[in-house]
Amino acid sequence: MSALLKVDGISKRFRGLLAVDRLSFDVPEGGIFAVIGPNGAGKTTLFNMIAGVYVPDNGTISFAGERIDGLSSDRVCQRGIGRTFQIVRPFPALSVEDNVIVGALMRRHDVIEARAHAHEVLRRLDLYDKRSQRASSLTLPDRKRLEVARSLATDPKLLLLDEVMAGLRPTETDRIVSILKELNRDSGLTILLIEHVMRAVMALAGRILVLHHGASIAEGAPADVVRDQAVIDSYLGAEDI
Amino acid sequence: MFSRLFENVSRRALVLLGALLVGLFAAPLVASDYLLTVLILILYFAYIGQAWNIMMGFAGQLSLGHALYVGLGAYTAAALYVHFGIGPWIGLLVAVPIAGLAGAFIGYLAFRFKVGGVYFAILTIAVAEFARVGFDHLTWTKGSGGLFLPVAQYAQSDLWLLRGKPVMFYYILLVAVVLAFVFCRALLRSRIGYFWLAIREDEEAARSAGIDTFRYKMIAVVISSAMTSFAGVIYAFYYNNLFPEQVFHISRSIEIILGPIVGGVGTLFGPIIGAFLLTGMSESLIAALHALGIDIPGAKQVFYGFCLLLVIAALPDGIWPWLSRRIGLSEREK
Repeated sequence: MSALLKVDGISKRFRGLLAVDRLSFDVPEGGIFAVIGPNGAGKTTLFNMIAGVYVPDNGTISFAGERIDGLSSDRVCQRGIGRTFQIVRPFPALSVEDNVIVGALMRRHDVIEARAHAHEVLRRLDLYDKRSQRASSLTLPDRKRLEVARSLATDPKLLLLDEVMAGLRPTETDRIVSILKELNRDSGLTILLIEHVMRAVMALAGRILVLHHGASIAEGAPADVVRDQAVIDSYLGAEDI
Repeated sequence: MFSRLFENVSRRALVLLGALLVGLFAAPLVASDYLLTVLILILYFAYIGQAWNIMMGFAGQLSLGHALYVGLGAYTAAALYVHFGIGPWIGLLVAVPIAGLAGAFIGYLAFRFKVGGVYFAILTIAVAEFARVGFDHLTWTKGSGGLFLPVAQYAQSDLWLLRGKPVMFYYILLVAVVLAFVFCRALLRSRIGYFWLAIREDEEAARSAGIDTFRYKMIAVVISSAMTSFAGVIYAFYYNNLFPEQVFHISRSIEIILGPIVGGVGTLFGPIIGAFLLTGMSESLIAALHALGIDIPGAKQVFYGFCLLLVIAALPDGIWPWLSRRIGLSEREK
């Protein structure tokens, strides 16, 4: 498998704090890649650089063979990278359906066509029955899935998920895990996720990168990474997984 | 075309809408001269409110300087008429691009340099104030002395030169209100409308959904300012006199936004309902006070303030969302 996303030596400094430190990794096309690490390790900063919110101080980010570092977030989305936010940000006063139509309209000019596509996505994410509700009236698990739906409606090749399982009950987590697995299997969607919920990471990821103080301390298959002594010391602790 | 126009409109809404339209078109047949001038004022504010609503209600950009676009439209058309005898409809072809450019200028400054929220609103006030002071010293438009259009008693109305009786202005504004409504409804249901609402709700989330927010905010400002300038042209030819202190004054800008706020920001009927309630009720109040022999300067402003307080306290979304539920129109038919 070739790399769909190639991160090469990127750094980001906020005043005195080096949030991401010369980080490199490849996300293979069609894979599910997880980034884990303690709070403040630089995971969200990394995401924001890929998604075009921040410009890296050094290094390059390539997507499908083209440089995307420095592009604005709407351009990044147009290239085929969808994202969700750590703190969910659906459009609160719009209906669930309209939220997803907004995403669908990025590649479609006709509203009717976009609505049909939105319905398809909503069915996939078990939100179809709630399509006329206001987004602000949804529960947190539903809002998280709505964000995934809005993002999916833009037809991304790569989906960035920022702690989409945080704050969910185990049953809800399993539900999202199975939805994501299905998407990955059926449409070859590549997924890059930041996650604290190890239950989800172990179930989903084909490869894990562990960040600590902005730098990679381990990368590899899930089973190897969780046995890595540096990872256990800095993040996982000595508990059994 | 027409089938799309009435798509998703319930029978009930159609009947109500039809009755309202018939009533408005027939109104001059029964209305007294005084009532007609009040109705003209109502339609004028309904039209500008609709234009302002595109920026604030749809795209979420607060303009507190819409008097600028009214003034530019009014002065452009009036000056062309006074100096060169060019009629208002041709003048409109000049006024609309000028107002649109002014909007584009403000929008570009603000959106390029990421001036948002309150600071954007302040910028719109600043440019309008700048125009007020500037026009005070612009000799071509007679400065602070005021620009006057020649007036005479008209036996019949000249629609081409907009010289004539108030009833002509009534019908022009009525058609403008209807067209603006239809236009805004079409916008809201189009791709652009969805993008505007997304920007209004959460700009960063909109951008990460692939929306070029700069572009769509610019479009909103230009459409809104260009639309508003038409009302300015009508204003000039209806009142026949223009003073920078009056047309560009911030209180004019505030008057414009009260209607949509009271009626319901972001709704299609809000600006219309708001104009009817505010202008209609404040004019009745003044007439009633006058009949009682009381003449309080500023009574209108106090009344506006009172209405605003009431709406914000009781119906923060405005009157229309509440009213539409009460009269059984679907909640989503905004």
